[in-house]
Amino acid sequence: MCATCGCGHAHDHVEITLEQKVLAKNDELAAANRALLEGRGISTINLMSSPGSGKTTLLERTISEIGDRPVAVVEGDQETRIDAERIRRTGCPVVQVNTGAGCHLDAAMLRDAVDRLAPGRGTLLFVENVGNLVCPALFDLGERGRVVVISVTEGTDKPLKYPYMFAAADLVVVNKVDLLPYVDFDLEACRSHVASVNPKAEVLALSATKGENLDAWYAWLAG
Amino acid sequence: MHELAIAEDIVDLVCDRADGRPVRRVTVRIGKLTAVVPQAMLFCFDLATEGTVAEGARLEIEERAGVARCRSCGALVELPDPILLCPCGSADLDVTAGRELQVVSMEVG
Repeated sequence: MCATCGCGHAHDHVEITLEQKVLAKNDELAAANRALLEGRGISTINLMSSPGSGKTTLLERTISEIGDRPVAVVEGDQETRIDAERIRRTGCPVVQVNTGAGCHLDAAMLRDAVDRLAPGRGTLLFVENVGNLVCPALFDLGERGRVVVISVTEGTDKPLKYPYMFAAADLVVVNKVDLLPYVDFDLEACRSHVASVNPKAEVLALSATKGENLDAWYAWLAG
Repeated sequence: MHELAIAEDIVDLVCDRADGRPVRRVTVRIGKLTAVVPQAMLFCFDLATEGTVAEGARLEIEERAGVARCRSCGALVELPDPILLCPCGSADLDVTAGRELQVVSMEVG
């Protein structure tokens, strides 16, 4: 019988102190990704948003306008190759990662995708995360920058409703500003909501379909 | 449901250290400023332990409140959510607690 609690087990129970970070494994893999990518001069941008904010449209436009810099894309979705096909039609190297039931990309998935893509030195590598404003915030991929995209059709209060995601952002892109005359979206209030969860995040309002304010986006990417 | 991926991470970690011994209890520390929901974690832990030496183990969760120091007025502020705002009106806060996501200890044997 167990001497600790008399539970009937043959051996004494042993208390083991661990004090280890959960996600330590993901964080280690992310650190290895970061070293690998930075070592090759690859600038990796993790794009996160809810479904339908215009991430893929922003990427299509960016690829066609960015000029001589090599671009590659990792597309994350639960199912289908639809977004990868859209990117492939621009002539840009792309791999699709289907997460199945999974709701986010993790560092191991990015490593696998980078091995398949083999982006050259100096590549601008975009990672289009699974459309989801909750889970991807927790998983470091080893990226250089995190961009959260929202669109003016989604509501001004998105940053307050999904604060974890906005707290993780380096840049918040407010897309579809060409629709501002038709929707009830307060850009200045949205900026102040972003600042309340993340004072360090920059906010860029633009339209990927109409090309409005994209110069500021390209300048941020070059920075 | 990122809690499942996190629960799998916890189970991998404890099973590694258990070295074949049955795991009776696992204690984790979850800060309120992480996007991890304790109820969902309890549910996912049972799923993630199935077929491992930790199957049937009890998961204990120590919740940690969010705390920040205001850089403007110097006050210590308790944060119920990740919205960084001091009662003085400043949003310039230095978070000192609430972002923990750790496996504290376990009981094996």
